[in-house]
Amino acid sequence: MTGLLEGKVAFITGAARGQGRSHAVRMAEEGADVIAVDLCAQIGTVPYGMATPEDLAETVRQVEALDRRIVASTVDVRDSAGLQSALDDGVAQLGGLDVVSANAGVFSTARFEDLTDDQWDDMIGVNLTGVFRTARAAVPHLKANPDGGAMVLTSSTAGVKGIPNAAHYVAAKHGVVGLMKTLANELAPHRIRVNSLHPTTVDTDMIQNPAMYGLFRPDLGTSATREDAEAGFRTTNKLDVPWVESIDISNALVWLCSDLARYVTGVQLPVDAGNLVK
Amino acid sequence: MAGRVAGKVAFITGAARSQGRSHALRLAQEGADIIAVDVCAPIGSIGMYPPATDEDLAETVRQVEALDRRIVATKADVRDSAAMKAAVDDGVAQLGRLDIVLGNAGVFEIQPALELTDEAWREMIDINLTGVWNTCKVALPHLIEGGRGGSIVLTSSTAGLKGTPNTIHYTAAKHGVVGVMRTLANEFAQHSIRVNSVHPTGVDTVMIQNEKTWGLFAPDDPAPSREKAAPVFQATNALPVPWVEPVDISNAILFLVSDEARYITGVTLPVDAGYTVT
Ligand SMILES: NC(=O)c1ccc[n+]([C@@H]2O[C@H](COP(=O)([O-])OP(=O)(O)OC[C@H]3O[C@@H](n4cnc5c(N)ncnc54)[C@H](O)[C@@H]3O)[C@@H](O)[C@H]2O)c1
Ligand SMILES: NC(=O)c1ccc[n+]([C@@H]2O[C@H](COP(=O)([O-])OP(=O)(O)OC[C@H]3O[C@@H](n4cnc5c(N)ncnc54)[C@H](O)[C@@H]3O)[C@@H](O)[C@H]2O)c1
Repeated sequence: MTGLLEGKVAFITGAARGQGRSHAVRMAEEGADVIAVDLCAQIGTVPYGMATPEDLAETVRQVEALDRRIVASTVDVRDSAGLQSALDDGVAQLGGLDVVSANAGVFSTARFEDLTDDQWDDMIGVNLTGVFRTARAAVPHLKANPDGGAMVLTSSTAGVKGIPNAAHYVAAKHGVVGLMKTLANELAPHRIRVNSLHPTTVDTDMIQNPAMYGLFRPDLGTSATREDAEAGFRTTNKLDVPWVESIDISNALVWLCSDLARYVTGVQLPVDAGNLVK
Repeated sequence: MAGRVAGKVAFITGAARSQGRSHALRLAQEGADIIAVDVCAPIGSIGMYPPATDEDLAETVRQVEALDRRIVATKADVRDSAAMKAAVDDGVAQLGRLDIVLGNAGVFEIQPALELTDEAWREMIDINLTGVWNTCKVALPHLIEGGRGGSIVLTSSTAGLKGTPNTIHYTAAKHGVVGVMRTLANEFAQHSIRVNSVHPTGVDTVMIQNEKTWGLFAPDDPAPSREKAAPVFQATNALPVPWVEPVDISNAILFLVSDEARYITGVTLPVDAGYTVT
């Protein structure tokens, strides 16, 4: 059977690990070639270890093991010029662009009055402006594609509702929805569809770290473990799971990018175990 | 490759033709057996397009059987909860289980609000809202008893998300379906039963392809037609298409009921070419 994305080229940011790697592998399984970018370095205000060059190399290995091509670059989504040249280079090598996953993101927490300017600026810079820069770099390539294209912006349940102690993240993720809705309107005449994904907690390093565990177990602080925090995560969802897997987000992404969703645009799709309907 | 709903059984209302038939075929192609119901009879206050017939339902049966899947089809009215219970009980007895429920049956009529008769209001609410609840009510015990969870998709409309003139009874009923969906998503998550709604823009079926609907957009035209209505329909969507096809709704439903969407619940999913984002 031919894949749902046979012969397509996908641009994925934050592709070194976590959801981004899962997206790259899942899209490759469905027949896509991949243009991957990741920062592969630490950002000072982020309280967990970010991806490494080895992580990105592992994504490359896994995509190539599926007999698909991948062009990977170390780039910061805040760097317009770097992003544009990485994408242009990938498009030149792979022959076009069909789908975009703006997935790169960071997380940190602080009580509102304790949020520093650096935390705010890093968050808005990566999680909102980075998505803008990703989309802007991609749009000319998508417009040049006679079949149109699909862009999916990774927001969060925090892009639909408020959560305490993450005003910068909530603001950025809500901002992503504004971008999505505007782009859906602006690009529809070019048959470019734009949608957003809203995951509940996903089992990745972004939340599987002592800083997050401590939030759910203030009694234990940063000595809390995955097991200690699990019950707390579970209460945020309606289905009986503490978190979902990266593959669940990838499956929704593949559906949105495929012709099975050829008339789906402007949609906020939660993959959230009922977090928002609760 | 095994189908995406292989070995499952789906209960589908309004399955005689159009979207309901398309859902039955799409799920059967992916390995499901079908329990189909349809009223196959005129509805008093619905005059602008012809009703489905016994032959229509027989054709759905023929097409599902041609795919080598089993189908148990019953002529039943979604307003008649006893008949609905008998139909689903019989289907489960013959096919052995129940996994998927599609509340698709519905009617549509155009009428300025103040010209709507009490009877027309009541009939619309009875079919498009109470009928959907009846469908869930008779199916839920089977899903719970199966102990494997399940997935329910209710067909609302863009009119379930946005107000639309000249359809107050339809718009009220379709908004009501969202209330049913959200409540059930909460109440039955403990049984791993997921409940979502789909919200189509115009779909290329007799429900909108009729003289009265075409004429709504061109009140002074003595001879309204599909061709003349197309650009006016298209202006309501963001993507450059006048309407979508039944299979597009089927593809969204197939995604929602498959394991690829195992953590998606409580979601209103537009398949609307950008109708609600404009
Ligand atoms: N994990 C969750 O619970 C969760 C929930 C909802 C939404 N999300 C969102 O999902 C997306 C993916 O996160 P994840 O869970 O895979 O976490 P992750 O930390 O494993 O992956 C994020 C990736 O983005 C990269 N990245 C970060 N800043 C970058 C920058 N400036 N330029 C380029 N790359 C950068 C990181 O290096 C990392 O590889 C993020 O947008 C996140 O906000 C995550
Ligand atoms: N066609 C559109 O533009 C459109 C747009 C949005 C939503 N919808 C919804 O999609 C669903 C399917 O509509 P369609 O476009 O396939 O139209 P359709 O008229 O071709 O199909 C509806 C089916 O439901 C059956 N039905 C009606 N009343 C019934 C009752 N009381 N009991 C049992 N069966 C009954 C009909 O006999 C028919 O077979 C409806 O719920 C409709 O409101 C349609």
